Order: sequence, then structure tokens, then C-alpha cells
Amino acid sequence: MSRIQSCFEKLKVSGRKALIPYVTAGDPVQEVTVDLMHALADSGADIIELGVPFSDPMADGPVIQLACERALRAGTRLLDVLAMVAEFRQRNTDTPVVLMGYLNPVEAIGYRTFMEKAREAGVDGVLTVDLPPEEADEFCAALRDNGLDAIFLLAPTTSDARMKQICERGSGYVYYVSVKGVTGSAALNVDEVESRVTAIRSMTNLPVGVGFGIKDRASAAAVSRVSDGVIVGSVLVNKIAELADHPERIAPEVAAIVADLRAGMDDA
Amino acid sequence: MPTTVDLNELMALPDATGHFGPYGGRFASETLMGALDELAALYEKMWRDPEFQAEFDRDLAHYVGRPSPLYHAERLSRELGGAQIYLKREDLNHTGAHKVNNTIGQALLAKFMGKPRVIAETGAGQHGVASATVAARLGLECVVYMGAEDVRRQALNVYRMKLLGATVVPVQSGTRTLKDALNEAMRDWVTNVDNTFYIIGTVAGPHPYPKMVRDFQCVIGREARQQCLAQTGKLPDALVACVGGGSNAIGLFHPFIGDADVRMVGVEAGGYGLETGQHAAPLCKGRPGVLHGNRTYLMEDDAGQIIGTHSVSAGLDYPGVGPEHAWLKDTGRAEYVAINDDEALDAFRRLTRVEGIMPALESAHAIAHAIKMAPQMSPDQVLLVNLSGRGDKDIHTVADIDGITV
Ligand SMILES: Cc1ncc(COP(=O)(O)O)c(C=O)c1O
Repeated sequence: MSRIQSCFEKLKVSGRKALIPYVTAGDPVQEVTVDLMHALADSGADIIELGVPFSDPMADGPVIQLACERALRAGTRLLDVLAMVAEFRQRNTDTPVVLMGYLNPVEAIGYRTFMEKAREAGVDGVLTVDLPPEEADEFCAALRDNGLDAIFLLAPTTSDARMKQICERGSGYVYYVSVKGVTGSAALNVDEVESRVTAIRSMTNLPVGVGFGIKDRASAAAVSRVSDGVIVGSVLVNKIAELADHPERIAPEVAAIVADLRAGMDDA
Repeated sequence: MPTTVDLNELMALPDATGHFGPYGGRFASETLMGALDELAALYEKMWRDPEFQAEFDRDLAHYVGRPSPLYHAERLSRELGGAQIYLKREDLNHTGAHKVNNTIGQALLAKFMGKPRVIAETGAGQHGVASATVAARLGLECVVYMGAEDVRRQALNVYRMKLLGATVVPVQSGTRTLKDALNEAMRDWVTNVDNTFYIIGTVAGPHPYPKMVRDFQCVIGREARQQCLAQTGKLPDALVACVGGGSNAIGLFHPFIGDADVRMVGVEAGGYGLETGQHAAPLCKGRPGVLHGNRTYLMEDDAGQIIGTHSVSAGLDYPGVGPEHAWLKDTGRAEYVAINDDEALDAFRRLTRVEGIMPALESAHAIAHAIKMAPQMSPDQVLLVNLSGRGDKDIHTVADIDGITV
């Protein structure tokens, strides 16, 4: 069983939902990221989505665009991100780590080489926002051969037929993008999310995580009631941006937000 | 150029999923996949529909002013003492460049889809102007994304777009040029996909854009082929066009792909020189990767991050290139070279003084390469150059370089 699978199994037994924070690796400097990952795990995160910075983050709003720019300025490249995961794994062997980013940095290394290095580092899954399943045959084969999960996105505009195909290609969990838009966009509509998640569940046994537009304790609680996991990014990255000049405060203050979201979800 | 591929097969690309060999495809956000499917289906249907074709042709004739002339630049040819240079006068189109051929086509599709709002990215501003123009004519809301750096160097076109009723949004992210404008337009489209048609300005983006934009631009090559036969009694010996994203070049080249004896030369922006790294020549110096929805040659670092480009001409200042060019390069059917800023500026001045035609700085790259090629050819050979646009928009840039305030 993969680390992601057993994570969701354990949550199911305890009747809880997954809290999945996103942070951009190396933002604002590389030194903060591993400590931050530990702080996230200690404050209630079940899975960590670690963003790989890219020069052209087309699917991201201004908050994560700026995070990418800071991380790149700090010299963070894909291989550095793998090194961070390897360091994280020295003290944490339970919390799954999913790399989230764009395809081109992986292309530059080569699918096979990258997946092998990712497995060695202790990565559990990979999500590339600009790689739809149609183009992902080789990519998925390389993931599979290294025991890594392929996390795919589903959108409000995804047809039922397509959803089915995507769910068949994916593993670990599927990521439902709750709003039409970029990361950090306007608030989501919980009723709409619920009806889409119901439709997705009729097609797959994979857990359904929901992201984009979850801003606070209330929306995290509401989404956790209708899904298997809550993905939160821009709110955390915004805090990191605020504290860019005080890197020592980043881990505790971001962890405090995560703890608050956790409490909201557990009360829900 | 020797090539091992079957030219008819090459001409029939892309395949059903938008691939030109290993290039092209559709690397887009999931939210856009439905819209891209819908667009591809509508486009395939319309392109085969005689009524759509008739309306497209009518607009090209009476609104754009086609066919554009093929002009024998006799004085320049004589000075160079080699091949006869013929200029395909896309600069004489309404709005002053080839870009309008494509926006007419896409605007017709937007109208059929009932979308009240169009968006576009622009570098030099020519595509933005051409988009704002068709939007004005159809009464559509128009938003144009333009890198803040380009807003500065193409001020004339920014004002033209505003006069046409468009909203111009300066993009402050990344390198503040064309690639960042494209990122921002994609973000807008993901957010407003229900009511918005994205008019991409070149043969890049996810499938079906590279094919669709090419098909709309192929009127250039079809006309040029007929005009050359009529005026010279034979096909041209070589074609030359500048390559930013590659739409004017592919529009000229594509109808000639099957004519094995016609050489095709694409001219990228050499900026300060290929050896300086400060250029925009992915086909000459880049390597394959994925950006803006397709796989193609890119300017990137070892880690796959897109790197900054430089060209004196905003319309060529782009780190990628249409995927069909990538495949034409690999198959050897077309050649790609680079022309530096200085050479382009010299060509700009020379064509202006010798022929009384002021080319866009983008087109001046093609002229500059023709100036190099012609003397190595014989006077009975024909060198056909795509003059993709007129130079009015660049007068401020040239004056600045001359130290003159206009
Ligand atoms: C006159 C002119 N030529 C060429 C280009 C480059 O685009 P493409 O390579 O798509 O023809 C531009 C782009 O702005 C342009 O304005």
C-alpha cells in the first residue's frame, strides 16, 4: 500500500478528513522549507503538497506567482526540492509528500531519471497542472514503475465521460478544482462542490481532495463535510509572503493557521 | 535540404490530437480542456463549411484588402547583384500586418460560438490592434494583455488599441514581455471560459491553435504561390520569413511544403548575437520542452526554467516557437537562422531608402537575411520574402536609437 493510500485508510478509520497544505518549496529562502514541512505535519497536516517553482506558472494567481519568483530568486530548482524532501524524510516517514508544479522542469531532467530520484528522495505522488492524461502515457508509466502516485485534476468544466477516464488514470487521490480560475481565486460554492464530488465518487473509489478557493476555518470545515480532503494554498503562501523578511517566524505562524483549519475540520 | 520524410505526410500534419511529430499537443489546465475540445470541433466543422469559407474570403477581400501584392524589389535586387527579391506585402493589409488574417478567422468563430468577450495577448501590439479591430467591428468586449516592457516600447499601438475601445492590461509579472502576456491571458481564460474567446496571435498554444492559426494565415502562401507563377513563370527558389511565434512564416511556408525544390528559411531574432545568450532564437539555440500548451523548442536553463529573451523587436521577443516549425527543423524541410538587432536595423533603413518601404522591425529580420542570401544566388533566381508588417509602430524605437526625440 502506498503512503498516500494508507494515510487515507487511517483517516477513514478515525472518521477524519485529510488536511493538505500547499507551500512553494524554497519560498522565500531554501532554508525554511524543511522546518516548515515538519511544522505543518506537527500541526495537523495529513499530506503535504510541495510546490516546485516555475518561471511561468500559468495556472496560478498572483500569490503563488510571487512565491515562485521568490523561490527561483533563492535559487530553488527541482533537484533542490528533491533534496528538501530527502531531508524531511530523515525525521518523518509517515506524512506523504506530493510534488505539485509544471511539466517543463521534469522534461528537462527526463521522466525516468526524475521519477527514480523522486522515489529515492521519498516523494509519494506528482501532480503537474499542465499535463492532462491524454499526454501522460510515458509520464504515468515512469511514475508507476517507481511506485509513485499520479494525481490528476478535475475541474468544474470536466465532462462526466472525461472524469471517468481521468479517475482511471489517477492514483492516490483525485484533486477537484472547486472554481473556474487560478489558485487563490474567489470563494467557492459548497453546494456545487458537493454535487460534483458526489458525481466523482460514483465513478471512482479514489479519495477526492478539493482545492482552490478555501480561505479560512469556515470554508475548510464546509468542504471537509462533503469531500475526503481539503487543500489549502494561497492563504498559507500569503502568510509566508508577509513574513519574507522574518524567515524564523514562518514555520510557527503558518503552522498556527494549519492548526486552526484542522480544528475547524475536526469540529465539522 | 535533404529530408527523409514524405512531404505529403508532412503537409497533412498535425494528427487528430495536434501533434507534429513529437511536438505540439495539448498541455493545458484541466479547466480549459473542455473549451479546447469544443473549439477544435467547431473549427474543423467551420473550416470545411463553404459558407464559413465564403464569409472569411469576403472579409479578407473587402475588409483586409487582399490579395496583398507581390512586389518585385528591383532596385534592391540590382544593388545586391544576385537573386530577384520579391516582397509579399502583408504590410499593406488593414491594420498593417499579417496578424489580421488570423483575427478575422477567430472572430468569426467567436461570433458563431456567441461569445460576447474576446481576449488576446500581444507583443509588438500588432496582434492586439488586429484583435481590437475585429472586436470593434463585431461589437465584442476586448481585453488585451501586454507585457509592461512592451507597453513602453510600443506606445503607439497601445493608444491605437484604446481608440478602438479595447482595454489594455500591462502585465508586470516575470520578464514583462510577450510570454508573460500569454500567461496572463491564459489565466483570464481559465477564469472566464464560459463567456470568453481567447484569440491567440500566433501558431503556438494548445491544439487546435497552432493548426487553426496556420490555416488562417496560409492565405499568404497560397496567394504568393499563384502570384509568383503569374509574374515569373515559376515557383520561387527560396522563401524567407521572420519567426517570432511563427505565424507569418508558417502562413508563407505551408502551401510550399510539398514543393521540394523551394527552400524555406525562417529568421529568428539574434538580439545582441547568439554567442551572447541575449537573443530570442529557440530554434537556433534552444532545446525541446513544454510551454504555453505545446511541446516545442524553448529558451530555457538546464533546470527547465524559461529564460529571459532579448530582441529589438517586441514581436520576436518570445522564448518559444510554434510546434510545426520545430518539426520542420528536425525533418530538415526548413532551415532556421538568426539575425542580430544591428543587422535588422540596417535592413530597416536600407529597405526604406532603396525601395520606399518601411518594414516592421520584425520583418526587417527577414529582409536582413535576404540581403545576405541574394548575392549568393543568381539573377535568374527568385527569393520571396514575407514583409509581415509596416514599420510605423517602430519609428519611436528607431528614433530612440538615433538619439532623436519625436
Ligand atoms: C509585423 C510582425 N511580424 C512578425 C511578427 C512575429 O509573429 P509571427 O512569428 O507569429 O509571425 C509580429 C508579431 O507581433 C509582427 O507584428
